[in-house]
This record gives sequence, C-alpha cells and structure tokens, in this order.
Amino acid sequence: MKGRLTPYLLALPSWLWLGIFLVVPLAAMASVSTTTGNNIDGFVQTFAFSNYTDALSRYSTQLARSFAYGAMATVAMLVIGYPVAYFIAFKGGARKSTYLFLLLLPFFVSFVLRTISWGFLLADDGILLGTLKGWGLLPAGFHVLATTFSVVAGLTYNWLPFMILPIYVALERVDPRVIEAAQDLYATRLAAFRRVVLPLSLPGVFAGVLMTFVPATADPVNAQILGGTSNTMIGNVIQTEYLTNLAYPSASALSFTLMAVLLVGIFIYAKALGTENVLEAAANR
Amino acid sequence: MDPVNKIALLRGMTQNRTRREALRLAGLSATGLMLAACGVQGQKQTPAKPDAVQDYWAKQKKTGKVVFANWPEYMPEDKKPLEEFKKATGISYEYKEVIDENASFFGKVDPVLRAGQSLGYDIVVMTNGIQLQHMIELGYVVQLDQAKLPNFNANAGAKYKDRSYDPGNVYTVPYTSGITGIAYNTKYVKDDITSINALFDPKYKGRVGMMRDAQEIGNFGMFALGIDPEKSTQADWEKAGAKLKEQRDAGLVRKYYDQDYIDAVSKGDVWLTMAWSGDVFQRQLAGEPVKFVVPGEGGTIWTDNMLIPKGAANPIDAITLMDWFYKPEIAAELEEFIQFVTPVPAAHDILKEKVATLQGKEKTDLETLVNSPLIFPTEADYAKLRGYTQLTTKTEQVFNRIFQTVTQA
Amino acid sequence: MKRNRLGDRVLHLYTWLIIVWLSAPIAVMILFGFNDKKSKSNTSWQGFTLRWYQELFSISDLSTALINSLVIAVASTLVTAVIGTMLGLALGRFRFRGKGITNFLVFVAISTPELVMGSSLLSLFVSANMPRDSFTIIIAHVLFSLSFVTVTVRARVVTLDPSLEEAARDLGASAWGTFRQVTLPAIMPGVAAGAMLAFALSVDDYVVTSFVNGSTITFPLWIVGSVKTGIPPQVNVMGTLIFGVGVLIAVANFVAARRRRT
Repeated sequence: MKGRLTPYLLALPSWLWLGIFLVVPLAAMASVSTTTGNNIDGFVQTFAFSNYTDALSRYSTQLARSFAYGAMATVAMLVIGYPVAYFIAFKGGARKSTYLFLLLLPFFVSFVLRTISWGFLLADDGILLGTLKGWGLLPAGFHVLATTFSVVAGLTYNWLPFMILPIYVALERVDPRVIEAAQDLYATRLAAFRRVVLPLSLPGVFAGVLMTFVPATADPVNAQILGGTSNTMIGNVIQTEYLTNLAYPSASALSFTLMAVLLVGIFIYAKALGTENVLEAAANR
Repeated sequence: MDPVNKIALLRGMTQNRTRREALRLAGLSATGLMLAACGVQGQKQTPAKPDAVQDYWAKQKKTGKVVFANWPEYMPEDKKPLEEFKKATGISYEYKEVIDENASFFGKVDPVLRAGQSLGYDIVVMTNGIQLQHMIELGYVVQLDQAKLPNFNANAGAKYKDRSYDPGNVYTVPYTSGITGIAYNTKYVKDDITSINALFDPKYKGRVGMMRDAQEIGNFGMFALGIDPEKSTQADWEKAGAKLKEQRDAGLVRKYYDQDYIDAVSKGDVWLTMAWSGDVFQRQLAGEPVKFVVPGEGGTIWTDNMLIPKGAANPIDAITLMDWFYKPEIAAELEEFIQFVTPVPAAHDILKEKVATLQGKEKTDLETLVNSPLIFPTEADYAKLRGYTQLTTKTEQVFNRIFQTVTQA
Repeated sequence: MKRNRLGDRVLHLYTWLIIVWLSAPIAVMILFGFNDKKSKSNTSWQGFTLRWYQELFSISDLSTALINSLVIAVASTLVTAVIGTMLGLALGRFRFRGKGITNFLVFVAISTPELVMGSSLLSLFVSANMPRDSFTIIIAHVLFSLSFVTVTVRARVVTLDPSLEEAARDLGASAWGTFRQVTLPAIMPGVAAGAMLAFALSVDDYVVTSFVNGSTITFPLWIVGSVKTGIPPQVNVMGTLIFGVGVLIAVANFVAARRRRT
C-alpha cells in the first residue's frame, strides 16, 4: 500500500459522515438556537442570544438537578462498585471472567426494558413493596417510585458495570507482591490499602467516573420511567421541547448548553487529572 | 453496550490534542454554521378553493380498507360498531389506540405531515384545542365532501354542528364530547368529593393526579380561583399557574398524567385525580371502586373530532366510516360502551327503548346511563360547563410556558 | 489473619449481592413472560402459561417494530463495519494530514451525549425540511457506532506486525491481494467485535432514535410508548429471546477463545 492517497481514501467516507452528520448538525443546532418565531409561521434567524438566558432561567432547576443526580449516581456507583472490583481483581482467582460475565449479564437486555423492569420491581403494589406491605412491615402509603431515590437508584443500576470494569482493569494490573510488600511495611491492611492500592487504582476510578457521569447526567429515560413530579431532568425537558412543543430554538439552546458544559467539563477533567496517560495505560493492558 | 470495548474506546481520548485542532474544528463548525444559517420554514396555508376540494374527492376511489387512529377507551373491546361497518360496507378496518394527549400527538405528526409524508392513518381523533386549530391552519387536514356525510347532516345534534373551531364542519365531525371533572377511588377517599378544593387538600398529599395537558390543567387552576377560562386573560393564567405550582411544591401531586391517570386511580396509585367522564363510568361498570364528579366550581366540556389527515391513503373509506358513526343505532351502541356524550341525540331514544327490554343489572346499568346528566346533559347542565381558553399562535406560547413550568419541574 | 479471612468472606457475599441486584430485573422480565395475566396490567403473578410464546407475534405493531429494529441494525452495522474499518486502518497504519483532527472527531463522537447527538441531527433535518424515516435512523446509528468500530479496529491494527504484509508483497501479491489475504484476516477479530458492538448499540438505542424516527417505530420506541398503557407480556418474551441469543453468542465466543488459547 504505497499509494500516498490510500489513507485519505480510507478516511474519506468517515470524514464525510462525521462532517455532514456530526459537525454540520451541531452547527445547525447552534444556528437554530438563536432563531425566533413559532412552529406555525416558521422560525427566522435573528441572532437572539436571549434564547439562552431565557431557556436557562426557565429550566435552571432541571439543569442543576441533572448534574446533581449525575453526581449522586456517580458517587453511589463508586462506593458500591469499588469493593466489587477489588474482590474480583484480588480474590476472584480462576473465576474472574465468570464474575465479570455475570456483571455484564444485564447488558444483554435492552436499556429501556431493563429500566422498566426495575420500575416494575419497585412498584407500589409490586413484588418488593407489595410483599412487605402485605406483611405489615411498611405503611400502605409508602412508595419508592416517583422519588429522587428511585431515579438516582435507576441511574446507578444502569451504569454500575461501567464503573466496576475500569476500576477492575486498573486493580488487576497491580502486582500482588506489591501489596504483600506494603502489608509488611505498614501496620494494618487498611493503611496498606490507603497508601498503595488506592493510588494505583485511581486511573480506573477516573475512567469510571468519566464513563458514567456524562451519560447519567444527560439521560432522559430513568427520570421518565422512575421519576415523579419533581424529578424532571434536563434530558426530559429537551425531549419535550423538541418533540412535543416543537419549540426548536429553546430546545436547541438547552441542548447546546448541555453539550458545551459536559464537553468542557470532560476536557478540564482529563487535563487536570492527567487522565490521558492514565487511560492509555488502562486501555493498553 | 460492552464496557470492555468501551475501555478500548477511551484510547480515542488519549490522543494528543492541541489547541490548534480544536480551533480547526471550530473553523469547520463555522463553515457549517454558514451553511445552516437559515431558520425553519413556516407552513401556514390558506384554505383550498372549493373546486380543488371537489377535484380532490373526484380523484379518490374506494379501496376497501381504513386505518383509524383513536384514543384508548373509545371503542368496545369486541369493536362491534366497526365489525358491523365491515359487514355492511365490505371495508376492512385497522384500529389503533395511539393518541393519549393532544400536544404530544401533534408533536409527533407535525414533522411528518410537514415533510409531506403520510401518517399511515386515514382518520385521526383530536380535541377542539389549539392543536386542532394548528392542524387546520397548517393545511394538514383534508376538507370534507359534505355530500358524503348524509347521516351526519341528518342526525347530528345542533350543538355539534357548525362549531366555532370549525364553522360549517369543513374539516371535522365530532366523535364524542366529554367532561373533565374529578375521579376518586372510594376505597381510599371516604368523603363525598364535591369541590375542586379537594385536589388542593393537604390530606391527600402525594395522592393527587393532575393532567399534563396545558389547556386541561390550566382550566382547573382557573376553576379553583373562580375564573372563567373562556374569558381569562394572561394575568389570570399567571395566578392559576402560581396556584398549581403551590399545589405541586406542597407535595400534593403524585404525577402529571396523560390518559394513564385512569389506571393510576383505579389501582390506588392516586386517590383522586382530574379525569374524563366516560373513562370513569367504564371502569365503574367493570366493578372498579371509582366515582366521577363535576366539581361545584365548574368542569370542562370538550369535543373530540374525527378528521382525515393530509396524505391519507383511503379517504373515501374514511369519510364513509365517519358518517357511519352518525347512524343512530351505531351511535347508541358506541354510547353504551364509551359513556361519553354522544353527538347524536336520537341515540338517547334508542337507549331509552332498550332499557325496557332488559332485566336485572344490565337494566339498572343502562338506566343509570340514560338518566345521567353527565352523559345526556340538559341545557342547565351545559351552563355549568366551560370550554378551553381560546388561544392564538401568539398567546399559546405564553399560555404553554406558564403551565409547562408547573408540569415540567 | 483470621479477621482478614472474614473480610474476604464479607466481600465475597457482597459481590454476589450486587450480582443478584443487577440480575433481579432480568429475572423478573423473564418470569413475567410466563405470567398468565388476566387483567390489563402485567404486574402481579397469576399463574404459569406459555401462551405469550405462542402469541409472540399477535401484536402487529410490536412485530413491525421489532422487524424495523433488526433491519435498521443490520443495515447500519454493514455500513459502519465497512467505513469504520477503513478509518481504523487509516488511523492505525498511516500518518497523514488531518490525522489529529480525525482522532479528535472520533473522540467527540464518542463523548457527545446521545441526547445532544439526536437533537442536533433533528435540528439539521428540521432546518433542511428533510423527511425522517428509517433512512435517517440508519444515518444516526452509523454515526454513533462508527467511532466504536474505528477504535476497536485501530487497536487491532496497531498490534499487527507490518513485516507480514511486507513478506506478502515480496512474494508478489498485489496490494489488494495482500489486504484480502493477509491484513483482513488478521484484523477480522477486531472488525467482528466492532460490528457486534454496532449491532447491539443499534438494536438497543432509544434516545437518538426518538429524535430522528419520523413515523417509523423501533422496538425500544414501541416499548417506551406502551409504558403508560401497560407493557404486554410479548415484550417480556421478545426481551427474553434477545437475551438468550446474546448470552449464547457470548458464551460461544468465550469457549472458542478459551479453546484457542489452549
């Protein structure tokens, strides 16, 4: 393959695809976000940047809530997932892949169906609460669905494996002899963990946070299926503005803002924590 | 998605990126921006000339098939009226329960119709609200050939012809009317509900259902404040919005519903809720512990209308079916099941006669229906009921914004 | 030492608890595909039946949605596999002008939230008054799976020994022949893994599709649309069957990989 044109020819279809269907649409969205008008008479470009301040002032609660829910779910995943990753990496022995396979099992079921089943489990008169209420362990009015808890729990449920996997990958690369040496060196197991294992696993933690926070924050499905009147996330607002209200300018403004905040966040995060090298290492195993 | 692969993907993030590349991307985007620096086209249409309407209908042929898109709880389970239609005309039908809220349905169909595609439905049922108005002004509705509606012209009640939202029935004929009031589950609510204030009673914290539709919930906010929605102003809407926000922030509202409220109240997820009359009567007949009342402060009366969307494949069959529902015996049959307000007064007499032929529970059930002022309202009953707030394209945005801030929190 | 062993046991139990938690909704989904439900909603257990397996395709709109999903997945996977592999080769094997920005774009395509991807595509389609149907869904699906295939293939290409190809060329093979007989078989595992991932992403996608579908309904869209009126047991059955096929393929892969190793 000596032809100098070869790489360009190979890349050309993808360039076109990414250009026409990724870059141009983002530009179109930016353009629509400053138009004014209505769906009946049409929207005209007036460079109305006030659309942004207007949309943000109306939906700042939902935007802030999305980041809060995303953060809560990410922390929950970290706390819940780390011990699992630790166990599989260090104590999994010959059954490591079996454990990993079992953790990935839910991914063979469609994301929306998984979320619905999860809501089904939590239903007021469902298998869990219904039974507990039947035994008189819970008051009849008790419910989990339509609360902040159920939405955050749903987000945690849906992305937990994405947190466990990268941490596992990082931990698995730690040489057990290093830990033995650390345990000899420090008095307690805890100290050995804190001073040696934890720092070595941080790359995996960073990668896990990156892989879970962004999709959890922008997700509309969990709030829609598991949430109640005060759990609307920005994803739901954007979907409704685009698909029900046909209010394209404010919808575009919100979507553009969400993207800008998340992308800038990712870059800062990656730069600040030096995640780039770390991920390279994690991925190269 | 397979996380192991996704980790590999993170390699994509590990390439050295320089500011120069980001700038280049920005340059590319700017080019795109110029390409896309147009707005979104409007579609406003003027009504077609009578000749054009005649031409349209002259060109259509009977195909022997019709696709009917309707709301849930609007057809007996055995689809008897449609089966009889099939037997009488040889036209087979497909019946789809795909509409449960006007705004989201309009949101779904507008882009399709705008792009000149067909919905795949020949008859669509929409309420006399702002969305129907938009359908008409955007030219999404086929103008009807009055000559093909003999039953409608002979049998429709005066109140159901020539309405302000469609003078002369150029685009639509009513399917049924109904009343928005309050439904409650008698297993949980022991008091007799008579006032709209029950929806705002802290006693029912977390057990109240409200509707998501801006015009529906807007009306109830206004009734609670003693405002007539038909004559309301922007200041009234804002007051109503504040009242509803208060209700939400006090934790009273479990959820803002579309038609799924009916399952929620019969299961007991909510104990009382805004509701549509016929839905509740149907559940009552099925033995579920639900009751319907029109609050003393007022209730909303609305009409659901059949229309033929632009691009429908079988308009002749569609208009034949639309007219079919205006045969008194068919209207009576439908009425007996759906329990909303029929646009065919003659159906009342047929049902009255039928009562005499029945016995036992069937008899009492039908008697209740025939005598119910909520199903066959008298002039005095109509006087207590109000329509939706009349909106224009301009005021709609203001109105929606006020009430969507309530329902989308 | 004894305390440590106790700690291990607690961790062991904990890991199993998490696995049970993650699988519980799946178990419920499978179970309620066998529920002999009489009422409208499928929420309480009313006895065992195989009825829903027999009546799997009795809801015509649901069957159409499933078929749409599969057709769209096959089409978008084919396109993605071809152009993604080409890009993976270009990025893994060559140095060329614009490589940096290409990598950057691949990264942006991966890290853009689905919601933003879908809504920006809709903004474009709306501005251009472009009709939406299965064609636009395929466009979108190729877009979000392209990077995944590219990166998987590139990872494989990078590990490839260039001397193999040189040897082939020295033996007189043409450029195309070398590619077909040496390069392609060597990167095939990467291509297959990428294609499988693309297929899974496509079948599973709800968010992006909800923006670009027009009046075409896919399996996930149908499910979300019927949440309000109650999910029929047929959906559970279809979910169960997809789950079964997916697990079978994964296990087969796993066994095959193990056998290769020994």
